[in-house]
Amino acid sequence: MLPPTPAQTVGPFFGYALPFPQDDELVPPGRADAIRLHGDVLDGSGAGVPDALLELWQAAPDGTVPQEPGSLRRDGWTFTGWGRASTDDAGHYSFTTLRPGATEPGAAPFFLVTVFARGLMNRLFTRAYLPDDADALAADRLLATVAADRRDTLIAAAEPTGYRFDVRLQGEDETVFLAYPGE
Amino acid sequence: MTTIDTNPNAAQRTQAEMSAEMAEQTAAYERAGVEETQPRLDYAPYRSSLLRHPTKDLHHADPESIELWSPCFGERDVHPLESDLTIQHGGEPIGERMVVTGRVVDGDGRPVRRQLVEIWQANAGGRYVHKRDQHPAPLDPSFTGVGRCLTDDDGTYRFTTIKPGPYPWKNHRNAWRPAHIHFSLFGTDFTQRLVTQMYFPGDPLFALDPIYQSIRDAKARDRLVATYDHDVTTHEWATGYRWDIVLSGSHPTPLEEDH
Repeated sequence: MLPPTPAQTVGPFFGYALPFPQDDELVPPGRADAIRLHGDVLDGSGAGVPDALLELWQAAPDGTVPQEPGSLRRDGWTFTGWGRASTDDAGHYSFTTLRPGATEPGAAPFFLVTVFARGLMNRLFTRAYLPDDADALAADRLLATVAADRRDTLIAAAEPTGYRFDVRLQGEDETVFLAYPGE
Repeated sequence: MTTIDTNPNAAQRTQAEMSAEMAEQTAAYERAGVEETQPRLDYAPYRSSLLRHPTKDLHHADPESIELWSPCFGERDVHPLESDLTIQHGGEPIGERMVVTGRVVDGDGRPVRRQLVEIWQANAGGRYVHKRDQHPAPLDPSFTGVGRCLTDDDGTYRFTTIKPGPYPWKNHRNAWRPAHIHFSLFGTDFTQRLVTQMYFPGDPLFALDPIYQSIRDAKARDRLVATYDHDVTTHEWATGYRWDIVLSGSHPTPLEEDH
């Protein structure tokens, strides 16, 4: 096995390079089945992180994994399942997207959220589960391995227009971040 | 152990104090004797990390469903000319024209094909086209410093650009970043996602830089340093650097075989 190339922080100056038009609009906001996934990225003092970048990767509503190009040049019709959102000056991010479906019968649907920021030496992965199907959440393999008092950090809150998911980088209610084999 | 030091005067620390802190980190790493291949998230000499690193262990997860896939990019997303950062404006940018090329492979050495590579960098004077960069070095109207390409079927990427300059930052007094190019990479699985920085051989700022030194293993740090390659250098046109990238892990692609 070849040793991996190490990560380095995204730094403070990605803002003119990584964002692109409609990066946070996986579907146009006016679409009937569009939902919002949004929240704050907070540091260890509870302050919003104004220079974070989040990436969203998710299944389509029917549970299939999108494999269509076109994320960087959105045509308004193709659902690519991937997007990018920069936090604003208060540390808030917002995606317009579709509700992800279960990728297999009975599975708990989730968004995969990746966090980059100045001050963060490597990206952080987390899952934002949909809160709607209690049975699926109770049966989820990953959630079952997370301490009960931290499980809620992985579950988005339902709202009339979609879901809210805050990311806490540090502290009491620190979000559960994930490490995969081979890291 | 993690010390949270939010002292507002931290930026007035000297390089000597910072270097002493980094030397302590190196000593602690050598004492521990456990190889690290990645930077530390809690590397106190990098001041911005203090309140932004998780203090709890990352939670082990077995990748499933979407984690075993990556978004798909194609010709629709990236125009071939986006890999040449020297032709985005009317004139020739100031600085040393260079080609940087290499292969993106997984842990088994298999090429990562047709995937997106994004880069961004300072100009030859060490200045970014970003409103938060107030370093009083000149902006170059012929250079933005942003490029994209897709890897080819061999996993190879190739950019034409200008060698970036080093620049000061506010981590501590008289802090300077070694010249670098930011790279953003996707693998075949989303879990291979990598954002990193490529450096140039022999930079005298390596030993002084907390971001570079946050990778406490010297061999791992070396993996971020490109090699000057005269076979990449082109006659009367551009110098050439080679930098190969290994994304984490081994990722069989059974679905390809199913087809």
